[in-house]
Amino acid sequence: MYAQMVKTDSTGVKSIDDMSEQEAAFQARIDRDEKIEPKEWMPDNYRKTLIRQISQHAHSEIVGQLPEGNWISRAPTLERKAILLAKVQDEAGHGLYLYCAAETLGISRDEMFDQLHSGKAKYSSIFNYPTLTWADIGAVGWLVDGAAIMNQVPLQRTSYGPYARAMVRICKEESFHQRQGFHIMMKMAKGTAAQKRMAQDALNRFWGPSLMMFGPSDKNSVHSAQSMAWKIKMNTNDELRQKFVDQTVPQAEYLGLTVPDDTLAWNEEKQGYDFADPDWDEFHAVLAGNGPCNKERLGARVTAWEDGKWFREGLLAHSKKRAAIASDAA
Amino acid sequence: MNATSDNEKKAVSDEQATEAKESSNEWPLWEIFIRGQHGLSHRHMGSLHAPDAQMAINNARDVYTRRNEGVSIWAVPSSQIAASSPSDKGPLYEPSNSKVYRHPTFFDIPDDVGHM
Repeated sequence: MYAQMVKTDSTGVKSIDDMSEQEAAFQARIDRDEKIEPKEWMPDNYRKTLIRQISQHAHSEIVGQLPEGNWISRAPTLERKAILLAKVQDEAGHGLYLYCAAETLGISRDEMFDQLHSGKAKYSSIFNYPTLTWADIGAVGWLVDGAAIMNQVPLQRTSYGPYARAMVRICKEESFHQRQGFHIMMKMAKGTAAQKRMAQDALNRFWGPSLMMFGPSDKNSVHSAQSMAWKIKMNTNDELRQKFVDQTVPQAEYLGLTVPDDTLAWNEEKQGYDFADPDWDEFHAVLAGNGPCNKERLGARVTAWEDGKWFREGLLAHSKKRAAIASDAA
Repeated sequence: MNATSDNEKKAVSDEQATEAKESSNEWPLWEIFIRGQHGLSHRHMGSLHAPDAQMAINNARDVYTRRNEGVSIWAVPSSQIAASSPSDKGPLYEPSNSKVYRHPTFFDIPDDVGHM
């Protein structure tokens, strides 16, 4: 999931008896699957939680361009380079759809950027891992975008209208991302012995971090219940993680690669795989800012923002000047 | 000099669709409407920030039409959109159910007349 551990400022779900009449009417609308639209009344906590979740999701799309951007200039063929460019451009677009959705809740774009750049806002832990080889670009598309799709498809039905509509657009584009990644993995896995080793190594390094994308285990996920009642979270972390593993293991088998988990086994009873938890200590360390690339990612993001300042100001000055000339002429 | 900068200020406040605070250098927000291929009306796609109308259209092309989504783009300053208030819902959209004669099915036309 691109938004991990989103706080709701509450513990547990507010019961119907604790709700004001207005809150109860709001919850009833959500229960009827009505969409909530920007100017309508909503509980403060619903608004705040959504701002956190949507902006965290947007930040992830934007920071997520960095690990892949690393390989645009190193892509093995011109075609792969063009494909990767298109994919990274899509990620920028996804960030923009989501920032716009968050803005309808009353936070400005600049405020969100400030929160990202100051380290106050989080983005998905997955983007704090390095992309060391070309196979990593395959693994990112296949696993990371695959995990994101798991989470984003149900979010198309989320209760907040602008968020749901942004998700519809994103999901339409996301499937290209996953398929291009899997295609890279197919090429590598069926290539030379060295290329196959590279593909296996990429799977080894991205498997655990991909499982972490869904957030902590349900028993440690204190904020989930209220978000699920509000339908801004549609499935529990463990449900989505299980679904991801069940979908991905056969794909790895198809590639002839081995999922790096000795405990992985099909469980006939639950009709799903049993698998090992990822390293939760590592997850918390990365979220706290101590992953392998946290400083590099945030540093690159802040530099890009600061280096673009003259350009943003120049365009604004130009438009002001043209408006002044137009109003003088009038 | 002074006159120019006053004009500039006026032009900015007139022309620009910004809801941002005075001090902010944030580009104003635009709502983007796109006509699909099939002779449909323009449809709201989303919003974006841009310094002026031309850049809003350029950005809309990049953000909203990367996959043949449209043949025509409208960019409208968000601040220029007048919207009904959600609390008007009842009175504004009261469907006038008493005026059943607005619907064609109100009128009984004999079958002999043929299709109408």
